[in-house]
Amino acid sequence: MSSPATLTWFARHEFRIAWRDWVSMMTAGKRTRAYVAAFGLVGFVAFLHGMAILALRNVDDTGADPSKFALVMISGCALLAWALMISQAMESVTRAFYTRSDLDLILSSPIAARRVFSVRILTMAIGTVLMAALLAGPFINIMAMWHGSRWLAAYGVVMSMGAAATALAVALTIALFRTIGPKRTRLIAQIVAAVIGAAFVIGLQIAAIMSYGKLSRLAFLQSDTLVTHTPDPDSIFWWPARAMMGDQVALVAVCAVSLFLLATAVAVFSPRFGDHAVAAAGVSFATTRQTRGTGFRDASPRRALRQKEWTLLRRDPWLVSQTLMQILYLLPPAIFLWRSYGDTSGVYVVLVPVLVMAAGQLAGGLAWLAISGEDAPELVATAPIPASWIVRAKIESVLGAVGIVFAPFITALALISPYQAFVSVAGMVVAVVAATFIQLWFRNQAKRAHFRRRHTSSRIATFTEAFSSISWAAAAVLVAGGSWMAFLPATGGVCVLIVARAMKPRS
Amino acid sequence: MKHRPEADFALDIRGLVKRFDRPAVDALDLQVKTGEFYALVGPNGAGKTTTLRMVTGLLRPDAGAIFVAGIDALDNPVAAKSIMAWVSDEPMIYDKLTPFEYLEFVAGLWRVDHRFAESHARELLDWLGLAPHAHERCEGFSKGMRQKVALAGALVHNPKVIILDEPLTGLDAGSARQVKSVLRERVNAGGTVIMTTHILEVAERMADRIGIIARGKLIAEGTLKELQAQAGKTEFTLEDTFLALVAKEAVAA
Repeated sequence: MSSPATLTWFARHEFRIAWRDWVSMMTAGKRTRAYVAAFGLVGFVAFLHGMAILALRNVDDTGADPSKFALVMISGCALLAWALMISQAMESVTRAFYTRSDLDLILSSPIAARRVFSVRILTMAIGTVLMAALLAGPFINIMAMWHGSRWLAAYGVVMSMGAAATALAVALTIALFRTIGPKRTRLIAQIVAAVIGAAFVIGLQIAAIMSYGKLSRLAFLQSDTLVTHTPDPDSIFWWPARAMMGDQVALVAVCAVSLFLLATAVAVFSPRFGDHAVAAAGVSFATTRQTRGTGFRDASPRRALRQKEWTLLRRDPWLVSQTLMQILYLLPPAIFLWRSYGDTSGVYVVLVPVLVMAAGQLAGGLAWLAISGEDAPELVATAPIPASWIVRAKIESVLGAVGIVFAPFITALALISPYQAFVSVAGMVVAVVAATFIQLWFRNQAKRAHFRRRHTSSRIATFTEAFSSISWAAAAVLVAGGSWMAFLPATGGVCVLIVARAMKPRS
Repeated sequence: MKHRPEADFALDIRGLVKRFDRPAVDALDLQVKTGEFYALVGPNGAGKTTTLRMVTGLLRPDAGAIFVAGIDALDNPVAAKSIMAWVSDEPMIYDKLTPFEYLEFVAGLWRVDHRFAESHARELLDWLGLAPHAHERCEGFSKGMRQKVALAGALVHNPKVIILDEPLTGLDAGSARQVKSVLRERVNAGGTVIMTTHILEVAERMADRIGIIARGKLIAEGTLKELQAQAGKTEFTLEDTFLALVAKEAVAA
């Protein structure tokens, strides 16, 4: 066992906390779920391997001398993963500043905070790498199985990317802290994390729309224009891609650079990390005044409930970043809509499922906040109103919020194709109501701050919510396309709801 | 045959039963008169909070009847809730709302006329020393301030019966005094206050009658003098009386 207050001792402590945190997230804090979670994880990894087989079945290995096309594709996919890693690492850094409950204990103890925060930054890097390895691992394994063990070098690149992503995330968050202060950083860092996470995917999609009129993000990566305008295959620019393909010199160089970046971030930022954490802690004691000239408004109980939900949603900066993700993914369809304006070939039909799916997913999150994330459940439960009114008001508040987000898209679509706009609205209403009911059946009282963990409280709710949105999106696109086959996914959507209702926990 | 409530009881509980893995409330009978300050005391896990949660409709009893000011709370919960308020030991407020907005929300839920509610809310905020913070979000408030906001919410709709579960837990002396004074005013104005507390001194000084509950049953009830008599020692403090009666019950069980 290591001596107290040494780096290894802190590392053990950090890993134990991180492990328990992860297990608790996977099992929703229930011991009986440990086996289920373990089987679920194995199943998920097996599923990803299946996905990798399907995705990579037509991919040829160009061997030790890869083509520029292969380098562009691999680098593009790696950049996509790196953007997500930076986003995840930024979230971890922000959480370390604002939500770690042991900061008071650590900062009041007679040890150098630099040591603790060095370990903490390293733990974040390891967490980022592990998550990336879990998702990228199956693809690497399949490539190694089909095209040789040299592809296992890609694990080294994943590790390097995680280290560099963490270093960049720490630097970015601390730069925000120093420029805009702790209060604004909390919100801005989350938005920046969301934007970085989505920017690369969306950027590719927008480039594909602008260049080729396609929504597929691979269209741009596969384009001759991009291949022509990128550096020669011998350029250092391709070293990460070459390292993934087993080039040992490139691998050593990539690992060395990223570990240097991480070591620099630890050395430069860990001594001041504690000061920033203290500054962040002061934010929770700050007061926010609301300027309101009017007095009480006349409101029925349902209206009061709706107003309350909307006010809370509006004032939840953390939720803003979550919602932003949904809106960001709507950007490509919006550009597609704008670019195809005036086209009479009916290309807008591809927008219908995107809108319905996004509305269903957004509604799931909002419904969780309104139902499970109710901060004063006993106040609402002791109010002299029937329970059905409360449910109806919550559904209305979710519908209203989704309506505000999607209204510009629907309006634009209605100007071009009223029929497809109508089908989209109908599909969105059904998807939103279905998502809200699923959240209602699987409600599990929690703090709003635990929104990020909502998917772990009930796997059934998570999957049924996703299947429901997919079913209604599929039904809507088939209706928009005039196909009678729409009844198949619609029946599937109804079946998903019946199954969810049957599996809901007993109150 | 179903029990018929007596009109002068603010709360009339008959044969109330609630089981979890063991009986939490065991055939409990309890009556609180209108305009009374009633304190319910008992050891941890005695069934105090469970009883009050059933009264407020937060838990469904396994058996028994509950009448609030003559209204059957199990058959007609909405009507019963409209004249009741519940304040728990953990203040039920929204961090992102201001006290003013919170009271507006509660007034909306209880369908109070907005003009009356607003003037009453301003009075309450002033009375509880919250007026300077009326337009600040509750997220930065101390436990005492949060509890006072919750109490203002309970009073803004003028309930006939206020039920409080450990309302003074974690409050500083100043806040505790303000809360006690508000509750006493309420009783003086004809309202009924039913409160659980672990602070026996508060029960002794404030309550008109005290009920001692143990193992889900009411083991003793009355004024301090009546309880002392039941314990057999007239010179006992409430704490001595409470411990003696609970010990006696434990031996009998």
